[in-house]
Amino acid sequence: MNTRFLQQQIAQLRKSFFEQGYLDEQFIQLEELEDDDNPNFVEEVVTSYFSDSARLIRNIDQALVKRPVDFDKLDDYMHQFKGSSSSIGAKKVVDECLQFREYCAARNAEGCMKTFEMIKQEHALLRKKLEAYFQLVNSAGGI
Amino acid sequence: MARVGGGVRQRNKSEKTEISNRLCLDMQQFHVLAVDDSFVDRKVIERLLKISSCTVTVVDSGKRALQFLGLDEEESYAESNGLKVHLIITDYSMPGMTGYELLKRIKESSMFREVPVVIMSSENILTRIARCMEEGAKEYIVKPLRLSDVKRLTEFIMTSHSMGVKGKESPKLSIPEIHNAIFVEYPCFSTECEYILPPNLHKRSSGDHSQLTLQ
Repeated sequence: MNTRFLQQQIAQLRKSFFEQGYLDEQFIQLEELEDDDNPNFVEEVVTSYFSDSARLIRNIDQALVKRPVDFDKLDDYMHQFKGSSSSIGAKKVVDECLQFREYCAARNAEGCMKTFEMIKQEHALLRKKLEAYFQLVNSAGGI
Repeated sequence: MARVGGGVRQRNKSEKTEISNRLCLDMQQFHVLAVDDSFVDRKVIERLLKISSCTVTVVDSGKRALQFLGLDEEESYAESNGLKVHLIITDYSMPGMTGYELLKRIKESSMFREVPVVIMSSENILTRIARCMEEGAKEYIVKPLRLSDVKRLTEFIMTSHSMGVKGKESPKLSIPEIHNAIFVEYPCFSTECEYILPPNLHKRSSGDHSQLTLQ
């Protein structure tokens, strides 16, 4: 495949992430930490994020099923989840996390559950998009 | 601040190179202990510090940080490996021991109370910030951390460190400025020694850079 065309695709895909609000400035901050010695830093961090956040999602799912709902525990898990999502610039996910924490503070279990479904959706969508993005990047031999 | 003699010793080219080399060495040996329970954040802070020319040790809890420093009554890993710690940067919200509690333990120790401690937190809560600063934190940085935060922080602390200043305030210098600075020797007779960078540094008009003089 034509490298220039591929690079254009990568650039456009990347641009769309910011335009559509999937990623924010923090992602760019991570990109700036890459150099010749660490050319895959962003992909490494993103991979770590998805494996780590999968664990947190399982914990939250379990906590949401228990009765009575332990809102403090939920909030704690969500604080961690929001923190690492914010560290990679996952804007849409973070926004939903904020919503979740509001429901938590209000002791609204239903609100928490609804919002958590949204979070899981956004999380899964972002994962797909970034996996596709890094696949392209790697096939072009890095940017 | 007392001053003995009053002269400024001019340094020749080879001495200037030596200072420069020593500084570069200092920067590489600037050792930071980073504490964060988040796997992702540990990766990021480590990279941020390394890119800012620091040597980094990252641990995942306050307990491990204390172990590393030898403050948990076990033998200090750091000491036994001759690793001096120049800066401790810790997350606030951690299970078990919060960053605030870690800060307190560090400030209580005679061995490490002089080491600057920086708190990181995703939450911008004024009362929290005040508590940390009151307890002796050098700075409170809101997450997510950016390269500019870390660069600013490490440069500021490095200059205090390399100039051996024990005063309350050190001049903020950029690294290139340090390389061009004349090191003026002021013997200090008080415990508070304020280092003043000569404001009027100028090069000889002939363009000979082997000697820099003070106006």
